[in-house]
Amino acid sequence: MFVNKINAELLKKLLMTFGPSGNEEKIRKVIKEEIQEFADEIKVDALGNLIAIKKGKGKRIMVASHMDEIGIMVTNVDDDGFLRFTNIGGVSPFMSLGQKVIFDDETIGVIGMEKLDDIKDLKLNKMFIDVGLPSKEEVIKKINVGDVASFYSPFIYQNECIISKTLDDRIGCFVAIEALKKLKDTPNEIYFVFTVQEEVGLRGAKTAAYGINPDLGIAIDVTLTGDTPKAEVMDVGLGKGAAIKVKDRSIIVSPKVKDLITEVAVDNEIPFQYEILDAGGTDSGAIHLSRSGIPSGVISIPCRYVHSPSEMVYISDVINSIKLLIKVLEKEKINI
Amino acid sequence: MLLKRLTMANGVSGNEDEVRNIIIEEIREHVDEIKTDRLGNVIAIKKGKEGFPRVMLAAHMDEVGMIVRSIDDGGFIRFSLVGGIDERILVSKQVLIGKDRIHGVIGAKAIHLQDKNERNTPLKIKQLYIDIGAKSKEEAEKLVKKGDYVAFDSEFIEFGGNLIKAKALDDRAGCGVLIDLLKEEYDVEIYGVFTVQEEIGLRGAKVAAYNADPSFAIVFEGTLCSDISEVPEHSHITKLGKGPALSLMDSYTIFSKKLNQCIHETAVENNIKIQYRQPSPGGNDAGEIHLTKEGIPCAALSVPCRYIHSPSSIMSLEDFEGCKKTAKLFLKGIKKGEYVCE
Repeated sequence: MFVNKINAELLKKLLMTFGPSGNEEKIRKVIKEEIQEFADEIKVDALGNLIAIKKGKGKRIMVASHMDEIGIMVTNVDDDGFLRFTNIGGVSPFMSLGQKVIFDDETIGVIGMEKLDDIKDLKLNKMFIDVGLPSKEEVIKKINVGDVASFYSPFIYQNECIISKTLDDRIGCFVAIEALKKLKDTPNEIYFVFTVQEEVGLRGAKTAAYGINPDLGIAIDVTLTGDTPKAEVMDVGLGKGAAIKVKDRSIIVSPKVKDLITEVAVDNEIPFQYEILDAGGTDSGAIHLSRSGIPSGVISIPCRYVHSPSEMVYISDVINSIKLLIKVLEKEKINI
Repeated sequence: MLLKRLTMANGVSGNEDEVRNIIIEEIREHVDEIKTDRLGNVIAIKKGKEGFPRVMLAAHMDEVGMIVRSIDDGGFIRFSLVGGIDERILVSKQVLIGKDRIHGVIGAKAIHLQDKNERNTPLKIKQLYIDIGAKSKEEAEKLVKKGDYVAFDSEFIEFGGNLIKAKALDDRAGCGVLIDLLKEEYDVEIYGVFTVQEEIGLRGAKVAAYNADPSFAIVFEGTLCSDISEVPEHSHITKLGKGPALSLMDSYTIFSKKLNQCIHETAVENNIKIQYRQPSPGGNDAGEIHLTKEGIPCAALSVPCRYIHSPSSIMSLEDFEGCKKTAKLFLKGIKKGEYVCE
């Protein structure tokens, strides 16, 4: 089933597959099956990063998109069967209130809160998950301390956009997978890495970069936008093309890499915009500091409402990001 | 008792000599090789059999404490904190300064002289000083120098139902466990590392793990235990007397599910009490170890300690023994080819 110009079926599968940080088994399996026939070699490292290699003689390029998603971990089950929890990655109590979460065994829970006099006092430790079972005894047959859940929300394809949970960063995984599939013979040696534990501190990318020791690192991730009412000023908007990162909290992109990606975009008439992100970081932050330093950049997909159960991206930006990534990887004689 | 010697030794981060000496003396005869690296980590190696993995076992030697900043005109010592200490616990505590263990008391303005406002605000470090009984700056300078380390002065006491009270159980408890483990024989190769400078940022572990490059690592800790009446159960973190605690997740690490499962099973099968440490802020040496080189799966097995980072921590000797026993059985149960990296 192909809707419009992207493989929406694959995208939906990626978005709906379970994978909070540290629990990427299921999403790793889905991606591995999807890319198996397109890679020359596939391996999984000690932390769980999935590494697909496309052999070539030129530069060694690491493409990183993270498989993990934000979520919650259970810290306690009380006598009445209510679960207390903590965040995995950046989870806002306000975004979470009233939402549903889904556990690995597909149990669904609702997030509620203690009575508060002032909603401003809302914190995760004043909140709980209700899985609709009457007692601790019943609950612990299914869910225990240490179990994790991701947010639960449907996949929506509407007009020219996708609305879903976990576009951060399954949309990056989607871009990398599509690039891998469409990439014909490449002059470069490409390491497509689907990283773990990005949301808790760029952890998978750190060890993967050490292992691969690439000449160039490119992360594919979502970025925030400044195109909603009274948003923080930021010159990135949906539908304006792939975003080429200039800096964020984790990296100042090497000007050489920024110029390289820009040149490819201009030469191939791919719409692009520059991204300067005040908050947040991505896998390139870890990659560029690996070993004796690795020139690194980022192709970002503009995304509204990041880390909410209703993230939004435009299809056109996704398509442009795939095109841009392919053209960068196909470039001969990269001078870094 | 070894644990008594370990906790009575002073080893504020960056000044782990006393602890290091006790440990080396204690383990020397039981290991194949022993060395101290450039940062001061003690690395003890026990050779393994072919086909078995190399395991890094880590416990940190350092403890939280203070360091002398200056001596004022009245001969009172001004100081800074080393590691995370709640300033509110400092007043009136006894301390030992420097190698010569100069006695001091942390003093502050008497309650009689404080105005209402002052009584309602906790005293800040700047308002505190250490009184070593010197009459003048000159006299104080004969005993204490800038940069001298300051440790809490606290007796090791056995009390209650198999409990002990001591300072520095975080992480001399872990050191005690690791020393004991090194006295046994295994098929796996053991890299026993007693790390420095954990309390100020997991610094020793970072370089030690780079050097050891093991198949996996287990960190032994004294960890948070807040199982007291007024704290809701979902914030207890661990419970005293319920066995050693396996970490699930903290600020720096998501721990290996596979290792956790195997260690937990080992305890249950052998009727040893074991609990999970509720995910909470904080961290331990695993934070650096698991991100070393191409990644190293980690577990952390901890002895629950009430009031850590204070002069008077409390732990259960039963939990301490349970920690040793669980780790010992787990390590001895590892079969050929298991956990070995490709």
